[in-house]
Amino acid sequence: MSATELPLIGDYSTPVAALSGARIGVVTFPGTLDDRDAARAVRLAGAEAVSLWHADADLADVDAVVIPGGFSYGDYLRAGAISRFAPMMSKIIDAANSDAKLPVLGICNGFQILTESHLLPGSMIKNDHLKFLCRDQVLRVENNATAWTNQYAKGEEITIVLKNQDGQYVADEKTLDALEAEGRVAFSYVGWNPNGSRRNIAGITNAAGNVVGLMPHPEHAVEAGFGPDHTGTDGLGFFTSVLTHLVGGQK
Amino acid sequence: MPRIVVDVMPKPEILDPQGKAIVGALPRLGFTAFSQVRQGKRFELTVDGEVTEEILAQAREAAEKLLSNPVIEDVVNVEVVAD
Repeated sequence: MSATELPLIGDYSTPVAALSGARIGVVTFPGTLDDRDAARAVRLAGAEAVSLWHADADLADVDAVVIPGGFSYGDYLRAGAISRFAPMMSKIIDAANSDAKLPVLGICNGFQILTESHLLPGSMIKNDHLKFLCRDQVLRVENNATAWTNQYAKGEEITIVLKNQDGQYVADEKTLDALEAEGRVAFSYVGWNPNGSRRNIAGITNAAGNVVGLMPHPEHAVEAGFGPDHTGTDGLGFFTSVLTHLVGGQK
Repeated sequence: MPRIVVDVMPKPEILDPQGKAIVGALPRLGFTAFSQVRQGKRFELTVDGEVTEEILAQAREAAEKLLSNPVIEDVVNVEVVAD
């Protein structure tokens, strides 16, 4: 890490020494926007960020993967629909479903790719108000037992950036009932539902807790001076959570 | 050259925000007879040569696997159109 990249994160302590070996992959598709921010968040949390190219089929021995936001393939066909069939995605799907249960985080367009991949249920359609929306969004952590949320308290409210056009989470009633009953709603919108998502769902997890997807962007809230309200670093917990998970120190 | 037309529509139970916006715009232009609009997608798959049963089966599979998302959409039509 260069001097200009020193994190301005106040008293947030990251046990760097114990975690320095972790390698977190960040996938880039044509049209991905937030891969650099995601890689930066990974580094700020104390891990090594590893660039993964969508057309490659080598996971480069990473310990976890972030599928970042953007407009892969211009959202053509459906958001995430074409990216889902990239060679790298086949590897990620296999690894996420394997006994090793590779931790995978899908943010925004990454979440859409995970639903198109059937790693997570449901789908995203256009926001109910039809507009692109960018705002600081309050979320409630509903499940803090996943690989990506274990550093939060259950019920904790966090503020991170939301920015999307196709952010309305939909699934059939049976699926929604099951998600709620099994504690697989990872994050809910608080105060205002910004896109018409069913049951205020902002993010979900698979049953094993290794695959998490959400529409808002934790990677944009990891460094004081640049996050919500110019101070917010509520998103950093995603990345420290997966490191804690990887070293087996899940609380 | 023959084409295979695939029509995809949002599932009936899925609210179609785009259709809702369109139905709101119609009366402003004086078109007052339409109570609902649902917006779907039409794909045209061009085939070099004859459309065999096997090719048609491929189109149906592609329609289910890539052209539509069964969570939110239905494939409502797959048909051959000759020029």
